[in-house]
Amino acid sequence: MTSMDFLMLTKGPLFQLAVAIFAIGMLARMIEIFALGRAHNYAAPRGSAMAGGLRTMYKRFHTDPGTFKAAPFDVVVGTIWHIGFIVALLLFIPHVELIKSTFGIAWPALPNPVVDAVTAITILGLLAALVHRLSHPVKRFLSTTEDYLIWGVTFLVMLTGYLAYNRLINPYPLALGIHILAAEIFLIVLPFTKLTHIFTAFVARYYNGAIFGRKGVQS
Amino acid sequence: MTEAVLTRDTGAVETPLETPLETPVESFSLARGLQALREEMDAPVASFFSSCVHCGICATACPFYVETGDPKYTPIHKLEPMRILWENEFTLWGRIKTKLGWDKKVTDEMLAEWEPLLYDSCSMCGRCSMVCPVGNDIQYMIRKAREGMVASGHAPEGLVAASVRAVKTGSPMGLQWKTLDVQIKHVETSSGLEVPIDKQGADYLVLLSSMEIINFPEYLEAITKIFAHAGVSWTLSQQCFEATNAGIQIGSKDIAAALVQRVVDAAAALGVKNVISPECGHAYTAIRWEGPNAIKRAYPFKVFHIIEVLDQLRAEGRIKTEGKEDDRLSLHDPCNLARKSGVIQQQRNLMDLVAENFVDLKEHGKYQWCCGAGGGVSSNERAEELKMAAFKKKKAQIEEVSPDRMVTMCATCRTQLEEGLEEYTMDIPVVGLTELIAEHLVESDEERGVRGE
Repeated sequence: MTSMDFLMLTKGPLFQLAVAIFAIGMLARMIEIFALGRAHNYAAPRGSAMAGGLRTMYKRFHTDPGTFKAAPFDVVVGTIWHIGFIVALLLFIPHVELIKSTFGIAWPALPNPVVDAVTAITILGLLAALVHRLSHPVKRFLSTTEDYLIWGVTFLVMLTGYLAYNRLINPYPLALGIHILAAEIFLIVLPFTKLTHIFTAFVARYYNGAIFGRKGVQS
Repeated sequence: MTEAVLTRDTGAVETPLETPLETPVESFSLARGLQALREEMDAPVASFFSSCVHCGICATACPFYVETGDPKYTPIHKLEPMRILWENEFTLWGRIKTKLGWDKKVTDEMLAEWEPLLYDSCSMCGRCSMVCPVGNDIQYMIRKAREGMVASGHAPEGLVAASVRAVKTGSPMGLQWKTLDVQIKHVETSSGLEVPIDKQGADYLVLLSSMEIINFPEYLEAITKIFAHAGVSWTLSQQCFEATNAGIQIGSKDIAAALVQRVVDAAAALGVKNVISPECGHAYTAIRWEGPNAIKRAYPFKVFHIIEVLDQLRAEGRIKTEGKEDDRLSLHDPCNLARKSGVIQQQRNLMDLVAENFVDLKEHGKYQWCCGAGGGVSSNERAEELKMAAFKKKKAQIEEVSPDRMVTMCATCRTQLEEGLEEYTMDIPVVGLTELIAEHLVESDEERGVRGE
């Protein structure tokens, strides 16, 4: 198999398979959550559950001052690499093109050198997060194989993208194929691991905000 | 009081004694515990477990972790048995793993190991629920996990005993009406006012907590004075005076429902439209938020914390005060009242009425720190050491603003603050807000007359 064959494989059948597993898997996970439902609440509300839920979906992006003081590394590094990941995913020219050709929607992308720099920062951020996970007593105590697995899967997507863009692996079709394969592994693994938090965190935030909001507290 | 009333020796309601805690020990089993946990799984729980990425930020919000530094006290870790059951039985991948025999099982030993984590080191203060970046309401899940612990026979002795006493006598401390009656007589003698009992059609039914009756009898005198002053129509009920709910603390829906039903029956018997929960945070969340769900019906009356009622009276101009405290006062928000119930501004409005030199703790209101005694921790003798360790966070907060006195509105918090401050030889008295208000009431000529001035 030539590197071009490999690239075509990752861009063709493997890509379709990964997207299908991701879409069906994630849909199943969401159904699993919502199908459990909630018991009717008979207590007279003090505030709006829905307004509280919607607000908390957004408000948890802003860390309260006490938590920032208690865990500045988590807040700063976590925010940096999450934003970096989203910027690289959604604002890199070839990714915007891919989304355009798949879904027919497009938006302006960032210049390549900017995304390149963001990617480098994100990779450093992920490395720092790993070191922190291995060294912080609470994180190390909580961490399971799955936590390291999803770190690895996320890291590989960023790293292979960076290597391909900077032509650090040759030939280029092989480099690009490896990056696409890494993205496919990410998509396949996502519904079966905590990577689901990409979607379910908003559901969780909604419920949290709704539970508190009903009692008149903005959480 | 009538003679008929006096001959009744106890306020306990005759209810069947057969409760989950009184059934033979063999009926507690792992199978029952797991079934109870299954029944607690809902969409929020599934979304929370799906979202946790083990960042550990919840630990930074937990006084039990912060003051011990032991990672096992990380809030989300306290839910590991429940999480395993959820993964095994409520997720696609987990079910596949279970079929293949790759699943990790929840065992009786595991639940025994988790008992101190779910009870001794968690006051269900809910601070972790406020800071989780993915939005997990961890406290909500702890409450649910405790149902599984009770059903599997893994609840702490102290809480089991309190629950049994609550069911049998109406009070978690085994306190009877005759004890309260003695106190009522004292209040009537010293205030010259009547403490209304079983008054049909009163506007408010006043509930008390046993802890308050025993430790802080001044509360009853304070509300008697304030309500007389403001012209509030109120009553106590011999049928039910206890507001706390041991069933909710321990995690038994059946006991919770039985205890709530007593309040509902007492309110119905007297035809009251409003029920007042005392200076107790737990009692308020129990009766205000959990109660209707325990009995699966909306109440035919409204529930207020005493502080809400007092602030309402203040807003209506029905409380006239004179003079202000001039020493430096700070406020401890009970978790159950502030973060978990949204009563935050009311106590500050009332402080403004009577305090000249009020300073808030740095993190207060919905971000306040727990005193360490809530959620059944104070009824659980085994947790004594952890309870005092957790208090160190509150102590540090108090030291930051160095008040002359602390004010609060929860008998459990107040007891813990008093004990804790004494333990660390900090000379800071703790007062109840209701009493503080009562001390500043403008007395009517009639009231002065009664006291012979």
